[in-house]
Amino acid sequence: MKKLFPFLRPYRKESILAPLFKLLEALMDLIVPLVIADIIDRGIANGDKVYILERFIFLLLLAAVGLAFSITAQWFAAKASVGFATDLRQKLFDHIQSLSYSRVDTLGTDTLITRMTSDMNTLQNGVNMVLRLLLRSPFIVLGAMVCSFFIDVKSALVFVVAIPILSLVIYGLMALSIPLYRKVQAKLDRVLGLTSENLTGVRVIRAFCREEDEVASFDFANEELTHLNLLVGRISALMNPVTYVLINVATVVLIQVGAIRVNAGVLETGAVVAMYNYMAQMIVELIKLANLIVTINRALACGDRVAQVLDINPGMEFPEELISHATERDGAEDNQAASAADAVHFSHVSFCYEGGGDEALTDIEFTARRGETIGIIGGTGSGKSTLVNLIPRFYDVTEGAVEVDGINVKDYPKNGLTDRIAMVPQKAVLFEGSIRDNLTMGLTGVSDEDLWKALETAQAKEVVEGKDGKLDAGVEQNGRNFSGGQKQRLTIARALARKPEILVLDDSSSALDFATDAALRKAINNLEGDLTVFIVSQRTSSIRNADQILVLDDGKLVGKGSHDELLKTCEVYQEIHASQFPGEEVQA
Amino acid sequence: MKKFKNKGNAATLKKVLHEIGRYRFLLFISTILAALTVFLQLYIPFLFGDAIDALIGKSRVDFGLVAEYSKYITILIVLNSVLTWVMNTMNNRLTYSVVRNIRAKAIRRIQKLPLSYLDSHSTGDVVGRVIADCDQFSDGLLMGLTQLFTGVVTIVVTLVFMIRKSWQITLIVVVLTPVTFLVARFIARRSYSMFRKQAEARGDETGLINEMVGNQRVVQAFGYGKTASERFEKINTELQEYSQKAIFYSSLTNPCTRAVNSVIYAFVALVGAQMILIGRLTVGGLSVLLTYANQYMKPFNDISSVVTELQNALACADRIFELIEEPAEVEEKPEELGSIKGKIKIKDLAFSYDKDKELIKDFNLDVTPGMRVAIVGPTGCGKTTLINLLMRFYETDAGSIQVDDRKITDVTRHSLRRNYGMVLQETWLRNGTVRENIAFGRPEATDEEIIAAAKEAHSWEFIRRMPQKLDTVITDSDMSQGEKQLLCITRVMLCHPQMLILDEATSSIDTRTELKIQSAFDKLMNGHTSFIVAHRLSTIRTADVILVMKDGKIIEQGNHDSLLKEDGFYSKLYHSQFEGVEA
Repeated sequence: MKKLFPFLRPYRKESILAPLFKLLEALMDLIVPLVIADIIDRGIANGDKVYILERFIFLLLLAAVGLAFSITAQWFAAKASVGFATDLRQKLFDHIQSLSYSRVDTLGTDTLITRMTSDMNTLQNGVNMVLRLLLRSPFIVLGAMVCSFFIDVKSALVFVVAIPILSLVIYGLMALSIPLYRKVQAKLDRVLGLTSENLTGVRVIRAFCREEDEVASFDFANEELTHLNLLVGRISALMNPVTYVLINVATVVLIQVGAIRVNAGVLETGAVVAMYNYMAQMIVELIKLANLIVTINRALACGDRVAQVLDINPGMEFPEELISHATERDGAEDNQAASAADAVHFSHVSFCYEGGGDEALTDIEFTARRGETIGIIGGTGSGKSTLVNLIPRFYDVTEGAVEVDGINVKDYPKNGLTDRIAMVPQKAVLFEGSIRDNLTMGLTGVSDEDLWKALETAQAKEVVEGKDGKLDAGVEQNGRNFSGGQKQRLTIARALARKPEILVLDDSSSALDFATDAALRKAINNLEGDLTVFIVSQRTSSIRNADQILVLDDGKLVGKGSHDELLKTCEVYQEIHASQFPGEEVQA
Repeated sequence: MKKFKNKGNAATLKKVLHEIGRYRFLLFISTILAALTVFLQLYIPFLFGDAIDALIGKSRVDFGLVAEYSKYITILIVLNSVLTWVMNTMNNRLTYSVVRNIRAKAIRRIQKLPLSYLDSHSTGDVVGRVIADCDQFSDGLLMGLTQLFTGVVTIVVTLVFMIRKSWQITLIVVVLTPVTFLVARFIARRSYSMFRKQAEARGDETGLINEMVGNQRVVQAFGYGKTASERFEKINTELQEYSQKAIFYSSLTNPCTRAVNSVIYAFVALVGAQMILIGRLTVGGLSVLLTYANQYMKPFNDISSVVTELQNALACADRIFELIEEPAEVEEKPEELGSIKGKIKIKDLAFSYDKDKELIKDFNLDVTPGMRVAIVGPTGCGKTTLINLLMRFYETDAGSIQVDDRKITDVTRHSLRRNYGMVLQETWLRNGTVRENIAFGRPEATDEEIIAAAKEAHSWEFIRRMPQKLDTVITDSDMSQGEKQLLCITRVMLCHPQMLILDEATSSIDTRTELKIQSAFDKLMNGHTSFIVAHRLSTIRTADVILVMKDGKIIEQGNHDSLLKEDGFYSKLYHSQFEGVEA
């Protein structure tokens, strides 16, 4: 939480002035009962009409000044809290964008989104309330007591006794019910979870005829929620009656003490009325304070969650500039030639995911030469995607080294690799905006001609041509106005538009039919230049023409070579191929 | 327009009252208690005023009177507190019971709604109705009703008491109070447009956050971070401006109304003092009037906020009732299908989702027991439509589907569906233990049976490695797609149904595991009628009948060899698989 205070610093002036003006306003409120007492004890008692009129004007003045103070306070509070939240949100956004893949894996994007949106809103609201009210309520409560001491010390003792008891009761009840509210939330989440399960799984539930059981388990959770709600309700329903009894009993005592003091001639009736009014002001403020504490608690929890995100270090460091020292891999004289010809080199690479236990990749060694097409095949969980994610350094290797153009990936500055390597992930993602925005993705100086060329290669030309506005046609959020196959082709075009040196297709043609998939591969192969292509696939037909095929099994490289070679030598590859082409005999 | 809306509200209100029906007694008692507590709450300051009047001055205090009032007041305070608590508790019971009943109705309706409804409404929308709308409804409507009632009672009782003390001062309060509303209205109108702008800006920002944070990997992979940050900054700054103004304007309401109130207070003090001087009012009376003047505003504020809340609550109630009253599936005939051989006959079938767009028409198919039917075609060709019809998730428009010579519309849905084993493309697992998930179709299955099925479906290999084996609680995100699919297969494996529907069941499982599953399925399918939807043509080569679908229609029908000979769409699909990148 402390970590968030610096974000208030630019608004230091506002954060001090807001509560200050609020206190000044409260002061006006505290003066009012004293003025009334004066009207009663001096104006009425002496029949002094002029005095009464003076006091009346004074009351109006107090109202006006109080209003001015209050407006000033609200202005500063709004400025400080919104400014604070705005700066913090920006920082949070940038910070999240700097997090490495493995950090985001452990956190999950859903949590990050919640923290940026609803947590931030609650926090902003909390800061605003704190600035406005946190000092005001205790000030009025204590002020009421202090003022009553000025009126009459003996009667004021009633306040000294009443305030702690009232505070204790209010906070006791809150301490009792707040944890229960949390439990209610958990039960409500359960009911919500069941409802949504029933909807997403409706086909399965009906196919297995489980409708009645689902209703029964929902009823159970629903009943539990209701019970807990009633329990919490009974406790929180105590708040009003109990405080009501306490404050009124205190008032009764006050009047009795007042009666004695008035009879003794120490006190006048107006003074008793003033103290009676202070009692009423106090209870209102105590209840406000209790509600405020709930808000603050919630805001603190949200603040902690936000601060936690800021505390996460991005998990990866980048050098400022490219460090291009000679690699010690080969003899010195071979170095130049090797680095010129090798696009990607993995030397004894092992990798395990953070908190993931076993190694996802073990001792991987291969070299992809410039201009080659590399196929990567293997079962689910065999490490295909993991392997290609290491090339642009989305993750850092646990052991060994990955080199791109003969230089260790860790020696590239930020964005140094992403400029050379274009990755098409499994899940095709489009953003809200135009098709052009989605293809360029922040890249400047790309001509339409280049974009159309990329679209043509990606077999997406007809997708864009079919849209009104062509390149300027709108893409809705998450690209929901495009089909899965269309999205995949557009994301491939996006990668090609960057004219990368290395293109990685991570099973990114899965939604395409065979004919389109084949045409796509053919077009990529016919591109000019030395494009090195990695194709991850589960289908041997997609990679059979690759220059080199890497066969992965449980994170290990079990085969490396061309289609024909692997058919002869690699058992796993034979098995995969046989499963897809049962008719073809393996020519031994 | 407005009249129509009101009529709708009235109809909804009637339904709500109907829901409350069972708890009518609670509502009745609660209303009486509300009136009683409000009266007592206002009567007590009145008594305090009388007590203060007993403090006349030095040596003139009537202690007997003070003691009597004190006793009286204390009793009433305690009584009032108890009544308030009882009333609150009753309101809680009423509210939570009604909400529980409505939710229970909703979940029952969901089980009976036609899939066409559920497919066309997003999960979020329906969940929102059952959870958020229900909560809003309970908070707003039921609390609102009581507040509305107590508010009115408070105003009336306060007026009566004030008039009893002084009608002149009452007049001042009544005349000046509307000023507060004018001020509040003026501010509300100003802040409303800012709130709207704030909501829009916030919506834009949330959209951007969802996209950019949700797809952080893509943003990073393309080095888009800087541009994203700039875009965010632009929206964020805009939001800052609107938020600041919205918060400021709306936070003016309180100080302004308070200021107006203070002015009224001052007037009451001024006039009251004059009246005391001419002997028309006592000091205690003035103190009572001052207290009332302070309180008089509150019920008005409450009522105006309650009215908006009530409208909101009624809108929520409307959405819930819409769901609950949505017509259920077509009634079924009570006859059971019983155990079957697996003969299916589809006769002159016609079906379409959108009645303007013809989809399937004049479709005929004869499937003998044990036959394997493959459905192929490009993605989105409507392969799932057939499944929807076979399982009777959707009703046919014309023609019929017969299982063992009985129309599926002549038997219960359950008895039909029990004969099918289904593995869908979208794996669905419940948030629960592995055991619960596997035994979904047969909750009574023993651990031995479950493990045997898991071994057969090759899911035991990873279940075995889980920390608590069958008792491990799984959530959707902890498992790979392949593992999830294997569990879904295990689920069917345990039931051994007579007919199978496999919807791309093996598409995201690696080919080696797929081989093993294929052999297990072969055993399972042996002698059982099965429908297989798949991308991979090799897996369906052995099918007895292949249905080739495109754009929702069945365009070719035959077996592998006959279709290849036809040289149509199927043969094109088949050959594209082998078309490599011949350089």
